Amino acid sequence: MATQEQRTSITWDYAPAPESPDHVRLRDSYGLFIDGEFVDPVDGTRVPSINPATEETVAEVAFAGSEDVARAVRSARAAQPGWAALSGLERGKYLFRVARLIQERARELAVVESMDGGKPIRESRDVDVPLAAAHFFHYAGWADKLSYGMGGRPVEPLGVAGQIVPWNFPLLMAAWKLAPALACGNTAVLKPAETTPVTALLLAEILQEAELPPGVVSIIPGDGSAGATLVREPDIDKVAFTGSTAVGKNIQAALAGRRIPVTLELGGKSANIVFEDAALDQAVEGIVNGIFFNQGHVCCAGSRLLIQESVADTVVSKLWSRMGRLRVGDPLDKNTDVGAINSREQLERIESLVASGEEEGAVRRTVACELPDRGFWFAPTIFTDVAPAHRIAAEEIFGPVVSVLTFRTQAEAIEKANSTPYGLAAGIWTDKGSKAFEVANALQAGVVWQNTYNKFDPSAAFGGYKESGFGREGGMSGLRPYLKVAS
Amino acid sequence: MDRVGIEERAATLGRRSIKTTAKQQGIRMAVSMVDLTTLEGSDTPGKVRHLCAKAVCPAPAMPEIPSVAAVCVYPSLVGVAREALDGTGVKAASVATAFPSGQASLDVKLRDTEEAVAAGAEEIDMVISREAFLAGDDARVMEEIVRVKDVCGDAHLKVIIETAELGSYDHVRHASMLAMEAGADFIKTSTGKASSGATPGVVLVMLEAIRDYVDRTGRIVGMKAAGGVSTSKAALHRLVLVKETLGDEWLTNERFRIGASSLLNDLLMQYQKTETGHYARPEDFSKE
Repeated sequence: MATQEQRTSITWDYAPAPESPDHVRLRDSYGLFIDGEFVDPVDGTRVPSINPATEETVAEVAFAGSEDVARAVRSARAAQPGWAALSGLERGKYLFRVARLIQERARELAVVESMDGGKPIRESRDVDVPLAAAHFFHYAGWADKLSYGMGGRPVEPLGVAGQIVPWNFPLLMAAWKLAPALACGNTAVLKPAETTPVTALLLAEILQEAELPPGVVSIIPGDGSAGATLVREPDIDKVAFTGSTAVGKNIQAALAGRRIPVTLELGGKSANIVFEDAALDQAVEGIVNGIFFNQGHVCCAGSRLLIQESVADTVVSKLWSRMGRLRVGDPLDKNTDVGAINSREQLERIESLVASGEEEGAVRRTVACELPDRGFWFAPTIFTDVAPAHRIAAEEIFGPVVSVLTFRTQAEAIEKANSTPYGLAAGIWTDKGSKAFEVANALQAGVVWQNTYNKFDPSAAFGGYKESGFGREGGMSGLRPYLKVAS
Repeated sequence: MDRVGIEERAATLGRRSIKTTAKQQGIRMAVSMVDLTTLEGSDTPGKVRHLCAKAVCPAPAMPEIPSVAAVCVYPSLVGVAREALDGTGVKAASVATAFPSGQASLDVKLRDTEEAVAAGAEEIDMVISREAFLAGDDARVMEEIVRVKDVCGDAHLKVIIETAELGSYDHVRHASMLAMEAGADFIKTSTGKASSGATPGVVLVMLEAIRDYVDRTGRIVGMKAAGGVSTSKAALHRLVLVKETLGDEWLTNERFRIGASSLLNDLLMQYQKTETGHYARPEDFSKE
């Protein structure tokens, strides 16, 4: 029998609990998905997609050149009349099928998403993949109710949509773009991000398995030049882009003079506002979820933390102690909270902005945790004594770094929250319902979360104010950007 | 306190993956934290002696399984328990203060406690007066705890706040704070006689209250989760809550207990499964 001494000397750490990648059936090399088939790129370019946690190759992926882009657009154009001619009910059936196939392959998609992008399996398993399926389910239901959603007016699809998605939620953003476009009778050419194309190609396999008519969706990985070519294609009718504000501005410039509807979902520097009457322990959880979810690679991340002065020390001290319990490491371990930074380039950007914060005199604290030798990592970091003029208070860091500012009154909180070129999201933490609604109405932000953060649902509209973009995705509002509506 | 946020955080921690060596270790630790309990009108000296034997040596065939922390009985049987446990390191604990309702005069509660201590109780599990708490009479709630603590002497005092009868997480936190301010050595969720017990949300709120109290005062307070923790999975979930709220230093039976009766055999069964790869029959483990 164990003695008392042995009993009390027990220390407990979770054993490694890696999700096994054994069941994943990845090809060594993926072609471009055009006209329902995987094809070779015209110039033969194939680029390895890197696992940012190990720097090993996940798979080799064909990159589209300008001729490939043109070919994909031709195929989408050819398929569009037939797709639009199907009844909404029939289009909905295809989307339901895609949603179910995503669910069937959920485990595989989650593992690959974590391997290709570095996000914790906990998130890809519980957030990315289920939400991607949910978006297809949601818009499958809309396919035969489009006119109803537009107040009973007659509707028509726009035609061919060029869609470009970012590297932070590769599969989920593809679902956000494709599901409403297809439900409305458009065909689409989707360009996944340079560093994370693999799950989009698994989605292409799913589209094949669902027997989606050839050409309705083409998926063409590539770098920025492929995206630039796609938005300049003469024969597209719609552009939808999610990514950086700089690229969004380029796209708008490129489309100047053309009557092409554009949806842009761009960067953010969202304010997470904690009032003194908030439930502070739950606010701390919301702050953690707001900024460390997906390593802070989230356009709506709560990266500007505004705390009322009277509780600032308490909240920062609770937050710092909570940050110390975050488990940073192997994205495939089921107990990992914070995974790998998506790419070397992004890591360098985070490091340079953090260095600027230190130079400008903000106080930096970074969690002392063991980081793996290989791969791209950045430990959770908090900046206090931040002034609104500091770069870290104004520019999007897109990493696990939170900048803390304080305020004294509700009016000051609103003013500070709105004092940014961006306007994507905001969080409000208070126990007072009236205050929450008053502040929410005064904030220039597309999404305002109340006593929670980073919650997504396919039925809720998402989009920005100001330099965070325009147009809405999700829910009924997400149909409008893909329809011509008779007046 | 925000109910949605509390329950979300508690549920997230329930999804930690506890496998292989961590599971074995966790189960052994959970066993060492059990307050093996029988609180029935039909309890007899014989039943209590059998329970004590099980408490000291829960699984004779698995010598690496430790003894439990304590045996918890009614005051009238604590003498029997103390005698059976003498020299084993397992503590004799007694409920007191008109358990479980607490609906008696303070004098009766104090007599109840004195008798239990005199009969050899090393730990006292008292109930707060929910009647006073819900009527807003915090002073009376605290005074009762202070007076009971006085008559406990060297016996450790666990204060049961009976969360199921408090109505909100705000009340759970407030009652926890009152109990700690009044001198509780442990705060405890439930009597086991109410409609619910140590739910993950309630445990999380009480652990956070302890964390804040200890930060402020420096005095260590323990926590006992009782009621509804009947499976190994539930027990490991509570240990994860402790680990990620208060840290590893609370993962000892000096600071964390689980009050339970049927839990112990499930822990033994799950432990044996990690060793042999298959589940044993329930009858392979003695009921008491």
